[in-house]
Amino acid sequence: MISRLTVLVVIGLLALRAAQADPVTHTSLDNGLEVVVIEDRRAPVVVHMVWYRVGAADEPPRQSGIAHFLEHLMFKGTESMDPGEFSRVVEANGGRDNAFTSWDYTGYFQRVASDRLDLMMQMEADRMANLSFTEDDWRPERAVILEERGQVLESRVGGQFNESMMAALYKSHPYGIPIIGWRHEMETLTGQNAMDFYAQHYGPNNAILVIAGDVDTAQALEMAQQIYGPVPPNPAIAPVSRVMEPPHLAERRLVFEDARVGTPYVNRMYLAPVRRAGDQAQAAALQMLAALLGGSSTTSVLERRLNFEQGIALSAWAGYNGMSRDYGTFTLGIAPVDGVSLEDAEAALDAVVAEFLENGVDQAQFDRVRRQIRASEIYALDDVQGRARQYGVGLSIGLGVDDIDGWVDALDAVTPDDVIAAGQFLLDRRNSVTGYLTQPTTPSASEGAQ
Amino acid sequence: MTRFLALAVGVFITLAAPLRAEVAITPVTSESGLQAWLVEERSIPIVALDLIFAGGANLDSDATAGATSLMTALLSEGAGDMDAQAFAARTEELAARISFDAGRDTVSVSLRFLTEDADEVIDHVRAALTDPRFDDDAIARVRGQMLSKLRRDALDPNTLASRAFAQAAYGDHPYGRVSDGSVETVAALDRAALLAAHERAIARDRVFIGAAGDIDAPELARLIDRLFDGIPQEGAPIPDRAAFAAAPGVDVIPFDGPQSVIAFGHDGIARDDPDFLTAFVVNEVFGGGRFGTRLMESLRVQRGLTYGVGSFLASGLLGESYQGRMSTDNANAAAAIDLLREEWARIAQDGISEDDLSRIQTYLTGAYPLRFDGNGAIASSMASMQYQGFDIDYVNIRNDLIDALTLDQVNAMAARLFDVDALYFVVVGKPEGLE
Repeated sequence: MISRLTVLVVIGLLALRAAQADPVTHTSLDNGLEVVVIEDRRAPVVVHMVWYRVGAADEPPRQSGIAHFLEHLMFKGTESMDPGEFSRVVEANGGRDNAFTSWDYTGYFQRVASDRLDLMMQMEADRMANLSFTEDDWRPERAVILEERGQVLESRVGGQFNESMMAALYKSHPYGIPIIGWRHEMETLTGQNAMDFYAQHYGPNNAILVIAGDVDTAQALEMAQQIYGPVPPNPAIAPVSRVMEPPHLAERRLVFEDARVGTPYVNRMYLAPVRRAGDQAQAAALQMLAALLGGSSTTSVLERRLNFEQGIALSAWAGYNGMSRDYGTFTLGIAPVDGVSLEDAEAALDAVVAEFLENGVDQAQFDRVRRQIRASEIYALDDVQGRARQYGVGLSIGLGVDDIDGWVDALDAVTPDDVIAAGQFLLDRRNSVTGYLTQPTTPSASEGAQ
Repeated sequence: MTRFLALAVGVFITLAAPLRAEVAITPVTSESGLQAWLVEERSIPIVALDLIFAGGANLDSDATAGATSLMTALLSEGAGDMDAQAFAARTEELAARISFDAGRDTVSVSLRFLTEDADEVIDHVRAALTDPRFDDDAIARVRGQMLSKLRRDALDPNTLASRAFAQAAYGDHPYGRVSDGSVETVAALDRAALLAAHERAIARDRVFIGAAGDIDAPELARLIDRLFDGIPQEGAPIPDRAAFAAAPGVDVIPFDGPQSVIAFGHDGIARDDPDFLTAFVVNEVFGGGRFGTRLMESLRVQRGLTYGVGSFLASGLLGESYQGRMSTDNANAAAAIDLLREEWARIAQDGISEDDLSRIQTYLTGAYPLRFDGNGAIASSMASMQYQGFDIDYVNIRNDLIDALTLDQVNAMAARLFDVDALYFVVVGKPEGLE
């Protein structure tokens, strides 16, 4: 007992020492651009990211996929840059670049030698306001995003299953629409749609700049001021406004049958609270709940009971995602061994969760989870891009730097009783959708899969 | 319009000098004779330690295919007086990150731990490496998971394409089969087979060690001797080399899905070939997994035929091939293959331009330092560079070697590497216009 306490104190001090070595600075320019600088001088490399607080959940009706389509078209030139030139210049400078779209944000980033940061800033500031492309550019790119949907979603039965689950979980909120878009709507998207979306949502006053790596903070801020400062704010930017969920009065259930299913499983998603600025306690308790139920492939409650003790699961999982603006999700699932039906597997999963909420938390497991969380704060310092991403996501969804810096402390403050209290909502299935992914069992599904 | 361009070009020219990787590697020899490469970095109190054991799944016989994979997966499922639950709980108490992986050519061990706990973590991992339990219940459980994965793979078009390509290329050689074995061989693996696989794979005579982080050379030497205490000197002999034998042409594997997955390629360049680096540079221009390659330009940017297409030098311990992958709608598969053949013939015939060469040189030399931006990345590079046979100063001369390549050298390699008449394709899907 005493030795464990000693260890925890030591870890706490280590975290403090390391955190002090890596200052994080947060400020805003006059045009509204938020700037975060994370110094890490270990390697002569910098990560330069611009995050826009707009994503697939902000799309107009009948244009699902437009946020992601625009992300692709952002590489198709500006009034002064040719199509593809952005990436060519990054490459010619030995850098890597890419972009990503979520429901809540769209991000663009480059990793490059730190003495080329100013060039990255110039190009990113340019396309913040001066995007320009032609029909010859957007038409083949629309074919590309349709191929992307085919490759990463329609060719993967798990991806299609997940898309169906999300569509069933959300009755009205756009988180129920896939980020990449529904195929029939993607096929009708135009360059003008993308340009309209750009004009509505892009600008310094809806963006966050994150610079992480081998920079001097004062110099980086000065450079940002000089290069991004002149970009005028976009007057069209309006507060985020989305269709929200009505009360959920009935649980939803679906069966997804497909001949390509190799391992049948049950998945359940609950609507859950998100991390809120200044109020992360409940989210932290849910994160701890997920860690205890499913955080380890060996010692977590679900794996230990369903896989090791009862022998009915190949694997069983739990997860929590609270890093979104409007709603989070809590997920439970089980893939049964051969010979166990999905119905029996689901019943066993529910029984283990009920038993956990009834009997409470195992203190030894709880202590181990806390130790790992403290250590993860130190491990995270080895990954500068991961740190940059944390701040980018957090600020994009409405959290402050204090919330991001305070997350480990919030997790540390969670008590076993908090975990059980947070988990009570898992007993109310009205907020959930349960899906079975399975080989075809009905003749019509078999035909459909041909 | 021109102002921004002029500025961009100006900056490009002034910054074009390649950045030095500036990685200071210390060679370490332990008292017992183990060698390691260390990059010391004391600002974060963690250590990254990577081990690569040459051999891997290639050491399995046909009848025990999958044994090395299953054995490796079981290393974290109980050792010494700890069963699987106790072993995992101890790992969690130490807040260590421990992974064991088996591949075609290697078994690798990756450790990330807090400096404070170094001795405890090393003792814990030594137990796994020297005294794994292979309990019957653990074997049954993990074997069940592996069989489930094999059944899933049998319905995955990407895996099907890669399997068929390997089979056609290497036939009865271990390179021709799957590292994870088959449902039949894995179902038959028992404790004796796993002990034998362990004896074959885990030995001092084939290990390469890389470390980075909050540790100095004497301490690293002490830790690796502690880790290897009890690990035998010799493992099983490495199998003979494999020759690429796929006949040119197109094989179609029918599969119900919206797209066709296409695996393509032919014989390659050995990684100890004196001109391997030249081949690497040519491939970076042609299809090296970035946006700016010829394949991406032709198939994605100009025609929208795919989300991604890339090529790679699959140069392994025992054999080499040059391969690529792409997915496209079934309706486009035949057109995609025609374009791949066109690009293949074009680069063999015409090579690349002076401008292509200078661009790729600037890119590759500038991007090289990006590989060394964290303890974890550095430790894994240190182990991998030794495994691949590089000298310890390679990291500091590699950019000079790339800059020294001439257009004649590069285009001679293009003519040698690319052979459109030798191209073999596997198409998994319902491609239109192909049989």
